[in-house]
Amino acid sequence: MHGNALDLLARFLIGGTVVILFSIIGDVFKPKSLGGIFAAAPTIALASISLTAHQHGNAYVSLEARSMIVGALAFFVYACAVSFILMRFRPRSLVAAGALSPIWFGVAAALWAIWLRK
Amino acid sequence: MLIGINIAKLREGTPTEYLTRFLFGGIVTVVATLIAGRYGPIIGGLFLAFPGIFAPGLSMTETHAIERKAKAGADGTLFARAEASVEAAGASIGALGLAAFGLVLWKALPTHNLTLVLPWAGAAWLLISVLLWWLRKRI
Repeated sequence: MHGNALDLLARFLIGGTVVILFSIIGDVFKPKSLGGIFAAAPTIALASISLTAHQHGNAYVSLEARSMIVGALAFFVYACAVSFILMRFRPRSLVAAGALSPIWFGVAAALWAIWLRK
Repeated sequence: MLIGINIAKLREGTPTEYLTRFLFGGIVTVVATLIAGRYGPIIGGLFLAFPGIFAPGLSMTETHAIERKAKAGADGTLFARAEASVEAAGASIGALGLAAFGLVLWKALPTHNLTLVLPWAGAAWLLISVLLWWLRKRI
């Protein structure tokens, strides 16, 4: 069932493992800009889609995937902003990424309101 | 532009850093599941592309670059932050690949089996990401 303890534990373990695998791949690739694409790999989706499809069916996952497009576009805007601020002003990367994270929420909410809200 | 693999980079990562990534990845996956369970697939799906491990990843890149420069006797703080910026630029390209991943799943899943669609979606993510990265380097 979606959200019971065993299901959540499985998703936690799979999610953590997938993230480690993709981060290792991203770390070893050079140049750094190419390795960077693995920072936006579909890790959370890969970790949870199969379980979700098994529990709710393909139509449910298809709806999630449409929303994932919006989340990914918000990620694009957010990552561009972080990259620009880091290059231009050179703050600590954790500070820049944290302070600019409302951009992801803002863009995702705006696109949700324009496209996904019925 | 030389493309390659540098296995030595793996030695820069500490067990604590890998554990942090594991915990962040697991927590973000669980939170995305809980949000989908509470608010449904339309809101929940947004969080399948939540940049949950982006900030710690950049921070680790910055830390490793500072350590490399310190071994050479230099203050690499500004260089390290520029390196994190380059990684973030790469992530922005990967995010467009992630949108392609979602597009393939959205369009193909209602009529095809997941085991067939998932490799297509993964290939779309990789293909679009690498193609856009290459185009960006060419421009």
